[in-house]
Amino acid sequence: MRIVTFVKYVPDAAGDRSFESDNTVDRSVDGLLSELDEYAVEAALKIAEDEDDAEVIAVTVGPDDAVDAVRKALQMGADSGVHVLDDALEASCALGTAKVLAAAVKKVEEEEGPVDLVITGLASTDGQMSVVPVQVAELLGRPAATQASALEVSGGTAKIRRDGDTASQHIEVTLPALVSVTDQINEPRYPSFKGIMAAKKKPLEEYELSELGVDAGEVGAAGATTEVVELTERPPRTAGEIVTDEGEGGNQLIEWLASKKLV
Amino acid sequence: MSEVLVLVDHVDGDVRKSTLEMLTFAKRLGEPTAVFVGDAAQGEAAASTLGEYGAEKVLVASDPAYSEFLVAPQAELLANLIETRQPAGVLVPATADGREIAARAAVRTGSGIITDASDIAEGFVATQSVFAGSYTVSGRVTKGTPIVAVKPNSVSPEAAAGAGAVETVDFAPSDAAKTARVVSVEEKPQSGRPQLNEAAIVVSGGRGTAGDFAPVEALADALGAAVGASRAAVDAGWYPHANQVGQTGKTVSPQLYVAAGISGAIQHRAGMQTSKNIVAINKDDEAPIFELADYGVVGDLFQVLPQATEAVNARK
Ligand SMILES: Cc1cc2nc3c(=O)[nH]c(=O)nc-3n(C[C@H](O)[C@H](O)[C@H](O)COP(=O)(O)OP(=O)(O)OC[C@H]3O[C@@H](n4cnc5c(N)ncnc54)[C@H](O)[C@@H]3O)c2cc1C
Ligand SMILES: Nc1ncnc2c1ncn2[C@@H]1O[C@H](COP(=O)(O)O)[C@@H](O)[C@H]1O
Repeated sequence: MRIVTFVKYVPDAAGDRSFESDNTVDRSVDGLLSELDEYAVEAALKIAEDEDDAEVIAVTVGPDDAVDAVRKALQMGADSGVHVLDDALEASCALGTAKVLAAAVKKVEEEEGPVDLVITGLASTDGQMSVVPVQVAELLGRPAATQASALEVSGGTAKIRRDGDTASQHIEVTLPALVSVTDQINEPRYPSFKGIMAAKKKPLEEYELSELGVDAGEVGAAGATTEVVELTERPPRTAGEIVTDEGEGGNQLIEWLASKKLV
Repeated sequence: MSEVLVLVDHVDGDVRKSTLEMLTFAKRLGEPTAVFVGDAAQGEAAASTLGEYGAEKVLVASDPAYSEFLVAPQAELLANLIETRQPAGVLVPATADGREIAARAAVRTGSGIITDASDIAEGFVATQSVFAGSYTVSGRVTKGTPIVAVKPNSVSPEAAAGAGAVETVDFAPSDAAKTARVVSVEEKPQSGRPQLNEAAIVVSGGRGTAGDFAPVEALADALGAAVGASRAAVDAGWYPHANQVGQTGKTVSPQLYVAAGISGAIQHRAGMQTSKNIVAINKDDEAPIFELADYGVVGDLFQVLPQATEAVNARK
């Protein structure tokens, strides 16, 4: 069983996230593996533990620092990593990124052999679109079982549970397939000291677009299918009136709501 | 006038408010055509409501594949409608299914997609809020047909007379799209309260409830509100995940958001920061939630909420 997990490097949500003058995300700030992709890595490792000869390959597309996302996955236990790095990638839209990720999966297949399962996170914590996984599946022509809050792989099929507002669906796909997972699926492990040391020796390939057979015109600013028209920083919410409850807090609250015509 | 396709969000034929909101946007941008995927009789029944909110045409697509398989057949349908009808743009609901249908149709038609739009202006210039609500971005699709996933509660639905003329769509999804089979569906018990992301008021509880949501629910019911929960409360098993507000739960922007016993972590803020009015009740006067509260009460939620509930009921 060969499993690829997508791991995205994103600006730290706890820090000051902002934009560059060209309206692209400022990636000079501290970043890390998108927390939601940790669940994908964990899901892949769990499946691999139950299989003989299983292999987990972490793939990222992004600038120099993005390799940190792959390193974190290797520390958690992934076997090898792939970093797609190319100046032409800057300012890619979702579709551009999906094309590169799909090409990276094919490259892994050329180099290593068939990929049975691609596991991704629910959404990247910066873009928050939840579109790249199905776009990759569409480009690869593979089934996708998305937003899994439970996943079971056996006998060449993947079964997932997908929780919606009014119902939960149980979905089955035949491998090779793509699965995206939510943060309900597991509890991602922390890298152990041993894992951190071992990660340093694990293979990590770096590819340029030309090596993946992707035309630079299809990605980056040149290939982008969307553009930013205007960007404004929202004035921070200013703290309003704060009262301390001395026995009348609930009544005071409702008086305030009434003054705003909210009750 | 150019056609704008609106993918209808419905539960067993009951058109959700988000659909009426999309029709309201579509009417500003061109001539709305509703695309109803589901049971043919339900589609015909829904047509009158859709017409009342401006839909000139209601395209009804009823292949069994749409419910037997996850989104790919619907994406194929939408891509086919885009290619054959060449609409000015397409609006879909920003739900799990909606965004995936849009994303796949975008690949098939070489189009750009914008998700979580809270407003759409001429030329399909869509407004989104990003980075946990700290930035507002307006963007445009530059290739193919603009596809925009619209956030619920973004506009008040405006009635507008449309013919609501039903047309049956003859489209058979390919076998290639029938790969993710829905083998079973478990309905979830419904609370009878408003839908979280459609509600005008949301009352949420966090770890501070210590597992007792009764005071949160009582205030919600007095206000006619939906109930939300922080992830800490959901992870503890105190409230269903469907009610989680935040980055990995629902994004809500109601008229009023009440956070009780919630500290205000960045991931929680991401789901409620764009609410019109925010009220916080927390024992800790240094809880970060007070930084964004329009009105805050430093106190014990088990004292403050019941008193507030009584005060609301007394006003009725
Ligand atoms: C990838 C990722 C995704 C996440 N997604 C989400 C998400 O979607 N939604 C979300 O909410 N969180 C999310 N989180 C978790 C988030 O970081 C916080 O851990 C969570 O929001 C904390 O919930 P809380 O405020 O209820 O609990 P706490 O932070 O523990 O706060 C409890 C508060 O209750 C107060 N309190 C205690 N007792 C009382 C009382 N009797 N009366 C009044 N106040 C009282 C305390 O003073 C405290 O401020 C995510 C985290 C990660 C890593
Ligand atoms: N640049 C990237 N590198 C690796 N994985 C990515 C990248 N962009 C998106 N993904 C994957 O796709 C998922 C959804 O991303 P998005 O559609 O941007 O919300 C993420 O959780 C990742 O698993």
